[in-house]
Amino acid sequence: MSTIDVALNDAAGRTGHQPIVNDMSLQVATVNGSGSQSSNTVLLRSIFQMGVPVSGKNLFPSNIAGLPTWYTIRANKDGYIARKKEIDFLVAMNAETAQDDVKSLAAGASVLYDEPLNLSALRSDLIFYAVPYDKIVATVCPEAKLRKLVKNMIYVGVVAKLLDIDMGEVEKAIRKQFATKVKAANLNLAAAKAGFDYAVANLTKQDPFHITRMEKTQGKIIIDGNSAAALGCMFAGVTVVTWYPITPSSSLVETLIDYMKEHRVGPDGKATFAIVQAEDELAAIGMVIGAGWAGARSMTATAGPGISLMAEFAGLAYYAEVPGVIWDIQRVGPSTGLPTRTSQGDILSTAFLSHGDTKNILLIPSSVSECFSMATDAFNLAEQFQTLVFVMSDLDLGMNNWMSDPFDYPETPINRGKVLNKADLEKAGTFARYKDVDGDGVGYRTLPGTEHPAAAYFTRGSGHNERSQYSERPDDFERNMERINRKFETARSCVPRPEVVSTGKSKIGIIAYGTSHWAIVESRDQLHKEYKVETDYLRLRAYPFTREVHEFIEKHDRVYVVEQNRDAQMLSMLKLDIKAELTPRLRAVSHIHGLPLDARSVTDEIMTMEGK
Amino acid sequence: MATTPTTPPPAPKTNRIGLAVLDYKGGRTTLCAGCGHNAISERIIDAMFEMGVTPERVVKMSGIGCSSKSPAYFMSRSHSFNSVHGRMPSVTTGAVLANRDLMALGVSGDGDSASIGIGQFVHLMRRNLPMIYIIEDNGVYGLTKGQFSATADVGSKLKTGVINDLPPIDTCAMAIELGATFVARSFSGDKKQLHAMLKAAISHKGTVLLDVISPCVTFNDHDGSTKSYKYMKDHEEPLQDINFVPHFEEIDVDYDAGTTLEVTMHDGSRLRLHKLEAGYDPTNRIEAITRLHDAHEKGEVLTGVFYVNPKAPSFIDLLNMTDQPLATLPDSVVRPGREALEQCMEELR
Repeated sequence: MSTIDVALNDAAGRTGHQPIVNDMSLQVATVNGSGSQSSNTVLLRSIFQMGVPVSGKNLFPSNIAGLPTWYTIRANKDGYIARKKEIDFLVAMNAETAQDDVKSLAAGASVLYDEPLNLSALRSDLIFYAVPYDKIVATVCPEAKLRKLVKNMIYVGVVAKLLDIDMGEVEKAIRKQFATKVKAANLNLAAAKAGFDYAVANLTKQDPFHITRMEKTQGKIIIDGNSAAALGCMFAGVTVVTWYPITPSSSLVETLIDYMKEHRVGPDGKATFAIVQAEDELAAIGMVIGAGWAGARSMTATAGPGISLMAEFAGLAYYAEVPGVIWDIQRVGPSTGLPTRTSQGDILSTAFLSHGDTKNILLIPSSVSECFSMATDAFNLAEQFQTLVFVMSDLDLGMNNWMSDPFDYPETPINRGKVLNKADLEKAGTFARYKDVDGDGVGYRTLPGTEHPAAAYFTRGSGHNERSQYSERPDDFERNMERINRKFETARSCVPRPEVVSTGKSKIGIIAYGTSHWAIVESRDQLHKEYKVETDYLRLRAYPFTREVHEFIEKHDRVYVVEQNRDAQMLSMLKLDIKAELTPRLRAVSHIHGLPLDARSVTDEIMTMEGK
Repeated sequence: MATTPTTPPPAPKTNRIGLAVLDYKGGRTTLCAGCGHNAISERIIDAMFEMGVTPERVVKMSGIGCSSKSPAYFMSRSHSFNSVHGRMPSVTTGAVLANRDLMALGVSGDGDSASIGIGQFVHLMRRNLPMIYIIEDNGVYGLTKGQFSATADVGSKLKTGVINDLPPIDTCAMAIELGATFVARSFSGDKKQLHAMLKAAISHKGTVLLDVISPCVTFNDHDGSTKSYKYMKDHEEPLQDINFVPHFEEIDVDYDAGTTLEVTMHDGSRLRLHKLEAGYDPTNRIEAITRLHDAHEKGEVLTGVFYVNPKAPSFIDLLNMTDQPLATLPDSVVRPGREALEQCMEELR
């Protein structure tokens, strides 16, 4: 380890003489099903309301109640919102994990613990605060059965006191959290106040951490990626939604149902959409394809296991040329894997999903605002190219809360693609479904129900000619497959372009995508400040790769491709696309632990490969 | 105008929307000569023609197999989707959700429905999606050269001599149990019965399951098969003599209410079931299921309308969808305005 690294770790060891303002990570260790999620959201919102950039990461088990869960809040004045590796302040509420949690802390960290856990004897290099939660909760919550849920709000008050979080903001956040449930809000507020009062009377501040008002979150919103995607789909004009519940995608459709009921029911009380919970992912994508074929903007949301099940149908949509949008909220595979942990492990298999030669368009959002805006892109591209478009989100983006600027109203018009209506057919007399009339590979289609004797065509996954007639002729098959490939080449210049940050001087490039972005932003600053290593950065936003991706690799001697999977999946796809002599430039930086990527790990790994 | 009276060439007979039967034809069949499926295609053409269905309103849906090829052989003016094996129900569901004005006609086989597709079959029946679902049932896989399917009867013998020892799935009993609202069985060789059933199916709003025994002349028409023409001739046991009076036909004949049950369909058409079996009530689900089980025990191939309920809400009714097809709703309807987004953003601040 370098000296600088040691110095940084040592920051946690500062003993309170020098205050650390708006730069800390706080972890709450609880059991799931104990109402801690409300407490943590209140804490996150309170800091956010004080204008301090903040992020929240929920590390939860695949279980309903009773297993350990950790929630990490990072407040950072510079706006770094990636996961921070080190925990500065632990709120230990879970007897089962408390000892391990305390043992894993760096020296100098603070621990706020439930008094009976008796943790202070474990280490002498930490700061300990003990709180008798059960005694306090009995005074504010007469109903014994509610105590378990209210108990967690007490630590919010204690933390508020210790870190100088304004209780007015805590109250505001509690009122927002419990919205219309006034009784619950009052009860929780009393609990938070009791915690605050206890800290005032009994605890002496020893740690260096403070939250102080800033102006960096004004006008911003807090939202999770799945909700942002749901909003995006609604404003993209989705009409048919099918789904099969699977973590971490379920909340996307559940939120969409709520939004659609509010904003997409006509004055006559009738829905301008259909949302159907299917019997499995096979049926979900089958319905998407049937609806897309018949002219709806159709979508489903799933995760890796669902993507695997959809493979056969994906090939049908590719070859029969049917539009549809699939959201893949990636979680850790293979197999059931870690269903509640994040990953970028479906990239390669989704890009080439299905047997035979298939290639699918992927869009890759990094932020909640891209979850929103890429929804419109996805539906437009799907209909423009008459194919499936996969939006590759992940659990970290989809299920965690992120702050963001408010979303811009989509200015992109709804593009329904090449569809011939009755009037078009009257003019043309006839049409050939799979003929490349315009040279872009995309044929014209008609929708079932078009009232013209020449409108109908036969859609099939078996071999067909330009007129969509059954054909086993080698030349028909080859011509058709080449045309479909032409569509993919056309799509290269229509998909979202990468975001490139370049000084034009650096020899080192970094390529990343999705949620890795937030660690890269911070890691590049670390490389610059700590090692004087300058890097250029390209953030991929889509597959197929656009021209800029090739140019970026050509301009750099070494290109670190950072991804959250074992097998360097995106790097492998880049290798297929770039000139053979450029492939040795690509270097894999891979992470597969299922936790959101942190900057320090990236920095360390790049420096190791740089030989420093 | 000609003043001399001449004899005009006889105009082709047209239906109530002015189309001739030729307007309902499809491509030339590539199935085996004598295949039951071809007879079913003919009955579909006749029924659609006589009912005056606009071909452009119909979508022909199928999975994979010999049966699933047959939509190419009727109604070329209708859109068609030959999808993947066993998954026609979901593709059809999507299409009907997108455009509720479409009349969906699914053609499947016993392998496509009762084996690989049983999951989607089951859930389609539960939803009572408005569609006609025809199983062209021959007890074997034809395209892969004659392996048993899951509707093959116990003791039925393959050409190779292999005997089936697993019990068959009765798709009709299953459909009734699960919620389909028009369930019938016929035989591709029973022209009159199948014709009447198809016309009634066209009038029904909900899931119609029509299991049509349709012998495979190449792989399952030999002695020892229970799905052969000969076996059907010997064992078919019709429950009723079926007549259908479309809503647009004025002519009516009296019927004996004691021996004939009349069912008024959703569009006002009337399905008349002249009882060949005293006491059978096709509006009673439990009785229908019991009677089907009896038939299996007796070794009969029971045909007829087993169950009909024209009043049950369809899946489209349950979804409370707008009357206009979702597929063609204007942008202004499907993309909420700026103030809606502003409201959503405000809630998140």
